Amino acid sequence: MEFFVQLMVNGLSVGFLYGISAMGFVMIFKSSSVLNFAHGELLAIGAYIFLVLATGAQLPVYAAFIITMIACFSLGFVVERLFLRPLIGEPLIFVIMLTVGLAAMFKGLILLIWGGNLYTFPDFLPPWLTLTWGSVTVQPVYTLALVVGIVFLALFGLFFKFSSQGIYMRSVADNQRAALSLGVNVRNVFALSWAIAALVAGLSGIILGIINGVNVHDLSALGLKVFPVVILGGLDSIGGAIIGGLIIGILETLTGGYISPSLRDVVPYIVLVVILMLKPYGLFGQVEIERV
Amino acid sequence: MGKRIFHPCGNYHESYATQLNVYETDYGRLWSAVGLIVLFTLVPLASSPYLLYVINSIGIAAIAAIGLNILVGYTGQISLGHGAFFGVGAYGAAWLATRGDVPFLMAVPAAGLITALIGLIFGLPSSRLKGLYLTIATLAGQFIIEYVLVHWETVTKGTMGITLPTATIFGLEIVGDLSFFYVIFILLVIMLWLAVNIMRTRYGRAFVAIRDNDRAAEGMGISIFPYKLLAFAVSSFYAGVAGAVWAYYTISITTEPFNLGLSVEYIAMVIIGGMGSMSGAIFGAVFITGLNEILRWGTDLLMNLGVVSQMGLNMAPLREFVFGLAIVLFILFEPRGLAEVWRIVRSSFRLWPFSY
Repeated sequence: MEFFVQLMVNGLSVGFLYGISAMGFVMIFKSSSVLNFAHGELLAIGAYIFLVLATGAQLPVYAAFIITMIACFSLGFVVERLFLRPLIGEPLIFVIMLTVGLAAMFKGLILLIWGGNLYTFPDFLPPWLTLTWGSVTVQPVYTLALVVGIVFLALFGLFFKFSSQGIYMRSVADNQRAALSLGVNVRNVFALSWAIAALVAGLSGIILGIINGVNVHDLSALGLKVFPVVILGGLDSIGGAIIGGLIIGILETLTGGYISPSLRDVVPYIVLVVILMLKPYGLFGQVEIERV
Repeated sequence: MGKRIFHPCGNYHESYATQLNVYETDYGRLWSAVGLIVLFTLVPLASSPYLLYVINSIGIAAIAAIGLNILVGYTGQISLGHGAFFGVGAYGAAWLATRGDVPFLMAVPAAGLITALIGLIFGLPSSRLKGLYLTIATLAGQFIIEYVLVHWETVTKGTMGITLPTATIFGLEIVGDLSFFYVIFILLVIMLWLAVNIMRTRYGRAFVAIRDNDRAAEGMGISIFPYKLLAFAVSSFYAGVAGAVWAYYTISITTEPFNLGLSVEYIAMVIIGGMGSMSGAIFGAVFITGLNEILRWGTDLLMNLGVVSQMGLNMAPLREFVFGLAIVLFILFEPRGLAEVWRIVRSSFRLWPFSY
């Protein structure tokens, strides 16, 4: 029983991280229906920028954090301007292939600059973030992750539901041409969604880096594990991403604990195939109905 | 000898049959014949063993790339598991050859069929959905197949790998680069011929219709999901055949090469060569395999010169970066790939000096 509870707690914390890292991905999908295969690399870039600023340049943590966020936001803009903008109006398949190319490019670049070693951040989180609740203790990082997750969940929910920019994004995702002809500024939508997604990815990257250390192989693998998470939760649901992440995380640790540790990393993909068969739009995704 | 046909000065097709002709003019037919003769006589004579090895790798990659092109270029679906399916073909052939003593000529197509079946298993879940869900399902397929290859030790012998027996065709032993050159390229010609003709049948036209507009295709009575699955199965079959030949060629296979990187390499071949063009797949295979060799050569040279020895420059990240960059640049600047570049160059020669 003790073992089971331990596994559940581990699973929940791992899963919550999956959920957090999936948020930026859902952001891009929801605003342009692009599957971003370079998401893991965006996570890694955020983490590495923070690493350089915090340990290399010895900046105070909050300054490093703010600069990283600005850098990620601008990176999103630049990526959109250089690579995505020329493809507005082109078939989606090109955009998705482009993200596959970007993923390989970024990963190669990060490996060339920093190599494949594992780096760790200095311990900078204040101890008052530690939550104690009976015998259960929550590490400060997880408190931070929890707060970030809830804040973004609320913000995104409101943003997509009420702000005009959010509604534009949904319209572009639904039908780019129709949105263009109705006067939606698709370029702005693309730029903003990539910038916000890169920012969220950077933030998730930092949180992941605090917990697991920074390593480009791990982070880019995590970027692909986002797919089972979001398929389970529903591709266009941010809340679904968090819940999907939790379920995947628990399944992973339970498999690792009871069946075989090597199966652990494959379970999410098996779940992915099963979900596609049983409930293709996920738990919370919007079902598309189309009649010809 | 019938009447010579030259390029007309416009599009004057009088029947659907002429539109489906593989060769527009007799010159095209002539040039292909000349090309094939040169390929099978002069190329092996003029090549050093190393060059022959590179050419053989190109041939194998081209078979797999043609398959992926049927899926990506003609049907408009992306597969991120082509590398894993290549691996399934390799292991299928190895298993058949070592356990069942199946001869080479039977093992290769059988491995292709096994791969097509396994492809269907991963294609099936995505068949309920429109859009690019097949991409996600094949991503899952990539990881699950990799896991199975490493851990299903009774069949794949895990990380130990399998050593294949010598391939024989009608009692002739196929050993060495030269004899494999003939096997690989005859197979390539057959597979290319098959692919070109698949695309001329109703199935091929259905694939293209689904790519161009799935709603219109459905409205015209094409049931999308079976055709998508069929395209995926055909593409997996090609990957399996290529993998099987590769397994015989390298003799000893392990689970390592069939990772996501290989799948991305195949996607790069299709994009760089040209989506939706048979010659594109071959161009892509030449380009990527050549790039691989050039990068290997270049990093070796730099290492020997001592420029980068301290940095410990690894080839893998550089290769990944260059592939990614090539994919991105081609999508941005020439989405129809090298095949389109080739067409432009050719037609500018043909139209010279009045290039309009």
